[in-house]
Amino acid sequence: MRRAAVLGTGQTQHQTRRTDVSMAGLCREAIDRALADAGVDWPQIDAVVLGKAPDLFEGVMMPELFLADALGAAGRPLLRVHTAGSVGGATGVVATSLVRAGVHQRVLAVAFEKQSESNAMWALSIQPPFTAPIGAGAGGYFAPHVRAYIRRSNAPEHVGAMVAVKDRRNGALNPYAHLRQPEITLESVRASPMLWDPIRYDETCPSSDGACAIVIGDQAAAEASERPVAWIRATAMRTEPTYFAGKDHVNPRAGAEAAQALWQAAGITDPLAEVDVAEIYVPFSWFEPMWLENLGFAEAGHGWKLTESGETQIGGRLPVNPSGGVLCSNPIGASGMLRFAEAARQVMGRAGEHQVAGAKTALGHAYGGGSQFFSMWVVGDTAGR
Amino acid sequence: MDTASAPPLAAPLDIAFDYTRSLGPVLGRFMTGLRDRRVLGARTADGRVHVPPLEYDPMTHTPVTELVSVSPTGTVTSWTWTDRPLDGQPLDRPFGWALIRLDGADTALLHAVDAGTRESMRTGMRVRVRWAAERSGDIRDIACFEPGPGPPRAPDDTTGGDPGSAPGTNSDPATSGDPVIGIVTPIRLSYTHTTSAEESRYLHALAEGRLLGQRCPACRKVYVPPRVCPADGLPTEEEVPVRDHGTVTTFCVVNVPFAGQRLEPPYVVAQVLLDGADIPIPHLILGQAGDVRMGMRVAAVWRDPTTWTTTPENIAHFRPTGEPDAPYESYQEHL
Repeated sequence: MRRAAVLGTGQTQHQTRRTDVSMAGLCREAIDRALADAGVDWPQIDAVVLGKAPDLFEGVMMPELFLADALGAAGRPLLRVHTAGSVGGATGVVATSLVRAGVHQRVLAVAFEKQSESNAMWALSIQPPFTAPIGAGAGGYFAPHVRAYIRRSNAPEHVGAMVAVKDRRNGALNPYAHLRQPEITLESVRASPMLWDPIRYDETCPSSDGACAIVIGDQAAAEASERPVAWIRATAMRTEPTYFAGKDHVNPRAGAEAAQALWQAAGITDPLAEVDVAEIYVPFSWFEPMWLENLGFAEAGHGWKLTESGETQIGGRLPVNPSGGVLCSNPIGASGMLRFAEAARQVMGRAGEHQVAGAKTALGHAYGGGSQFFSMWVVGDTAGR
Repeated sequence: MDTASAPPLAAPLDIAFDYTRSLGPVLGRFMTGLRDRRVLGARTADGRVHVPPLEYDPMTHTPVTELVSVSPTGTVTSWTWTDRPLDGQPLDRPFGWALIRLDGADTALLHAVDAGTRESMRTGMRVRVRWAAERSGDIRDIACFEPGPGPPRAPDDTTGGDPGSAPGTNSDPATSGDPVIGIVTPIRLSYTHTTSAEESRYLHALAEGRLLGQRCPACRKVYVPPRVCPADGLPTEEEVPVRDHGTVTTFCVVNVPFAGQRLEPPYVVAQVLLDGADIPIPHLILGQAGDVRMGMRVAAVWRDPTTWTTTPENIAHFRPTGEPDAPYESYQEHL
């Protein structure tokens, strides 16, 4: 298959409200930074792919229509990708596919969310007729599955809080992060209000305005780049129904199968030994150990041991979310692409204060819906096989 | 009732939210201009003036920075007519939808023309802005356009003069103020929600105080509520009664208030695996709420039968039965 590489990435300053910019301006802040990082100008972009979480989140039907000018899509193909919270990752995968298929040489992938213009809790709690009024937003949806994980793995209760402390302190190293809390402690997390028992306030992602953009190029474009690129070694996407009898919400089959396909395509047989850093979609703290197992970094029931022993900190065997992750910045539509972009920044050596020393191989991961959509990629500092 | 032939059920689903929009520098100036009875256009690198303004030049992709005043008068370049205006449209009587190129602009703006009759509309006709009496910095500050050759009259202007609508001027200090940086965009959606045949049978049974499951012909799993099996893609057909007793497989204590919430926190939402079913249903657990635990045995608390309708709300909540907890192995596949 043809090779593809990340030529550059860009992201906004993520925060609760970006009232200084429109949706177009928010996207362009990320796009302009990505083009500059890639050393690429508009004439070299062949196509644009936009990812955005469900339209009800902003109340704009098909934002790609009115954003086309701002996204530089005039005269180019523009595609929109929909896969709920995983959409940022899926958008990166679609852009990669366009390059690897030989259709385009350079593709701009963009994803955004302006949560301040809406209310995601409201949008996720719409009650259709003939149903009981028991919805409780994303936290209410995922909390029972976190409880099931704790029961199944016998994980100590403090592991979730440990993830929150790690990610928020990592976020303090990331100038783009929404929440930057260098002083956070295990005690302060455990003292924070219990929102959706067993999920505490400090173990929950914020609501952010933000955008992310990635420029993906083919082999010739990558080799022409004056700066290091991140070679895309493999991508994978899998889907499963939100509900079915016997669905494993703790260790979803679609996620496990996507990971298996990913490692195989990347030529990785021992992910924990061969991956240097992982940016994993962790909107609630306990999803770090859950996804470590789903992704094959640990046996089922043992993911929490990597977290508890400090191996997922910067400096550990597998630093997870050195950028601070979704727990520090959550512009929903962009959150998956941020994971993909941060993985690329690590292997390009451009992650700044949260750079993992010597990172050569990195994972970017996203999931969405009721643990329904999974998208992931492996990037490396060399093209690999 | 023969639930096998139950007709589909339908009910309205109306949702609404007042979304906000931060405008950014270009649209912010445009909206501020409207509030002050000025129409601004964006000049792009090719010299063209776009009304409404574009935030980014579609040719050079650079941010637009130059805004220029255009005239509140213009020419209809194309149009259609609507006899039955919808709620929320600019006028509540028949009007023309027109593309209007304002004098000084190179692009056309879509807006309503209060022409009275279809026969009064024609391509090439001259129109002018009718300003809204109350302006807030919103596209609706232009109430509509009206036929006429001259500059617009202010809504409070009975002398026919021109108190401030000439391009580039603003002599109406009462409407001046801080720059407009955001608008509110109320969105309302009205659906008719119709149930599937499988769900309809379930709901009709609920109205009779019965809980009905259906078995997938392929995987043999019993779905409550019945549905096309998500794993096999096959309609469920064989009806299987399930008990209104079950086991809590896992749960969440909701302590957080949020927009659209129907219950006052704290409350417990549990996944309840009804006896005889292979997939849990989410429901409320009341009574000894603090003691809710995985494996707890619970029973449905039905509302007064005289109030039963085709809704799962016939079950008010579930209560602990006091039976010994179900062993973990009995429900671990249904978390």
